[in-house]
Amino acid sequence: MIKGILNNYEEAVAVILFVAGLGMLLFRRNLIMKLIGMNIMDTGCFLFLASMGYISGRKAPILTALPAQGTDYVNPVPAGLVLTGIVVSVSVTAVMLSLSVRLYRRYHTLDIDAIYALSKHKLEDR
Amino acid sequence: MKDLLNRWLDGEFDAFERMPELQEGYDISLDRKHELERSAAERIESLPQTRQIAEKERKAFHLWYVIAAFACCLTLALVFLYMTAHITAYGRENPRAEAIADRYIERGTEETGAVNAVAGMILDYRAFDTLGESHVLFTALVVVMLMLKLDETNTRKDREDYYRVRFEKYYPTDKDPILRLAGTLQGSFILLFGIYILLNGHLGPGGGFSGGAVLGTGLIILASSLGDADIDHFLTEKRFRVFTASALIFYILAKGYVFFSGANGLDNHIPKGTPGAILSAGLILPLDIAVGVIVACTMFGFYSLFRRGGIGGDETDD
Amino acid sequence: MELIEICRILLLVLLLGCVIGVNLARSLLQSVLVFMAYSSVMCVLWILMESPDLAITEAAVGAGVSGMLFLLTLKKLREIDRKGGEKS
Repeated sequence: MIKGILNNYEEAVAVILFVAGLGMLLFRRNLIMKLIGMNIMDTGCFLFLASMGYISGRKAPILTALPAQGTDYVNPVPAGLVLTGIVVSVSVTAVMLSLSVRLYRRYHTLDIDAIYALSKHKLEDR
Repeated sequence: MKDLLNRWLDGEFDAFERMPELQEGYDISLDRKHELERSAAERIESLPQTRQIAEKERKAFHLWYVIAAFACCLTLALVFLYMTAHITAYGRENPRAEAIADRYIERGTEETGAVNAVAGMILDYRAFDTLGESHVLFTALVVVMLMLKLDETNTRKDREDYYRVRFEKYYPTDKDPILRLAGTLQGSFILLFGIYILLNGHLGPGGGFSGGAVLGTGLIILASSLGDADIDHFLTEKRFRVFTASALIFYILAKGYVFFSGANGLDNHIPKGTPGAILSAGLILPLDIAVGVIVACTMFGFYSLFRRGGIGGDETDD
Repeated sequence: MELIEICRILLLVLLLGCVIGVNLARSLLQSVLVFMAYSSVMCVLWILMESPDLAITEAAVGAGVSGMLFLLTLKKLREIDRKGGEKS
């Protein structure tokens, strides 16, 4: 198994990035750090997808010599999927950041535990 | 004061609008405003009630949560690493994926007219996916507008102060000549580069998303260095809406029916031209421009909403 | 091993280092800046994997628009001039 991982080092690093991003999403309490973790998860996904399409020794899929042979170029399909994914990732980040701005305006803290606690309890008058 | 704090903590009103010290008057400078809000925030956070409640919630739940989350991450990591050890080696060709890739590359130029295989794939063979992605961008812009747009219900009721709040009070424009010169020079080159990437999407690397993102960042540099007043003359709110909506409607009309008709779309009746020329590849160039306009307007809209709470000025300012 | 393999391995190690750097930074502003550097390293990786479309998009969107949105949010939350402040 170690030999397999060393052969596919790029996919292994992509998977480690995914789990690291998931860990940041679960363990950090600050809202902005959670969002950075989500972005790292996204880029780990993209790295994994696009590295499945790379074939060593071949060129980028810009067809310079027509008629084109299929064995001269890198697989273009995963690149198309990742292109859509990158833009969707920035959209989700923008929506989450606007939500965190509104949360901060209401509760004046970025700590998710404090927000949860404040939203559930009513303070008694001392 | 304490009663007001309690009512704010219970959610009766929005903190930024009704803090008692901030109702001193309209002529309060921006730094003083920041100072007051920061001190109010620190006072809230250091209230003993807040700390106690947060700590009590934290302790009861925290240990189980940490153990479960750690176990989950570890299991996922091991499963994924086991999987990567058994897929095809990195850099080798995958015999199961060859058929589609060969079809897209070998018959790509004659069927779509594009030299860039990726652009030809996402705008011709799989144009419906790009339509969905444009909808995602548009929806994100609408949601951010819902959250962050300032209008009469969010700001003070006085009409004169509404304009000052929205345009000048919170985010003063800069009149620095060095900044204006640097911003104009950079912005013009970046916009030119963005248009180049858009128009050459089917001939080389680039395409709708990349060109639109670069165009959007060019607009952002221009807007942040020239100030709000100059950009509002060019990009009013109505023009912004017209740009975004018409680009999306054009894309829907051009490629929305493909879900039902398959490959028998409008494309078969548009001449493909010679591959390598700019005016070639059928519908790919107009669709590229439509996607680029959507992406650019979305990026600029995000910047403008986060910074000022609105996009462009009103028509009365022209 | 060829030079390009060594380059690729170095860049992947730099990616992991950036993720560690985001976690160990002392304030939110430093985390966001390291995140923008992470995005730029990713852009170079896309070029080494022969996909220039992804490289242009990642450079413009990851380090550009996404990082700028984070900085704008920090400015709105007044965290951008809190030096070495608390950050859980």
